[in-house]
Amino acid sequence: MTTMTERTTTQVYRVFIRATPEAIWDAITKPEFTEQYFHGVHIEVRDGRRWSSLPDGRAWDEAVLEEDPPRRLVHRWTSGYDPQLAAEEPSRVTWELEPRENGMTLLTVVHDRLEGAPKTAEGVAGEGWMFVLSNLKSFLETGSPLA
Amino acid sequence: MTDDDRVFKALADPTRRHLLDRLYERDGRSLGELESELEMTRFGVMKHLRVLEEAGLVVTQRSGREKLHFLNPVPIRLVHDRWIDKYTEHRVAALADLKHTLEETG
Repeated sequence: MTTMTERTTTQVYRVFIRATPEAIWDAITKPEFTEQYFHGVHIEVRDGRRWSSLPDGRAWDEAVLEEDPPRRLVHRWTSGYDPQLAAEEPSRVTWELEPRENGMTLLTVVHDRLEGAPKTAEGVAGEGWMFVLSNLKSFLETGSPLA
Repeated sequence: MTDDDRVFKALADPTRRHLLDRLYERDGRSLGELESELEMTRFGVMKHLRVLEEAGLVVTQRSGREKLHFLNPVPIRLVHDRWIDKYTEHRVAALADLKHTLEETG
């Protein structure tokens, strides 16, 4: 049984992408791909951590909680791009990749445990994840991001 | 039916838009909670939720014995990018041009 707070602080995003789970896995765990659609952030999943850095030198990293390529990745989330948000408690992000017919993959992103990070929750809701996911879809399907 | 068709079809019904508004207000609700806010049978609410789920606008997640419904805004965003941005950008640009012309000559 989940509490009301846990429920309202869970965000779920789902999108079909015309790409294999392997291609999506690479796109979310390798820096040469993430920097093209994820606000320019260089993200690398390596040695049980998720390392992020920006061209201006800001860098932060989060613990990887589960890693099952190319199906499931769970990691902590810290908003290292903004000092005010970064001061909040870490939350959690789960990526689930399910292969579907016709070369499609169903990608579900769940951002939860946001109880101690209300500003982060507000920041990633709506525009935040949607920008990243629609850009990721466009990047994988057409070779270039929207923005 | 394409993905866009499913989204437009799902949004073409006032009860389904109402359900989306309820989830926008407070996400992660069970069928029972959603049902209690609508003057409709459980079966009717389930039917509408199924259409929303097929369009990808609602995603369910199991939590213990409960099935919780979450609003998934991504399909609306994709429809927006494809169908609304394209047309409004032009209008906004035209207005900006008009403003520019008027201010130049005025």
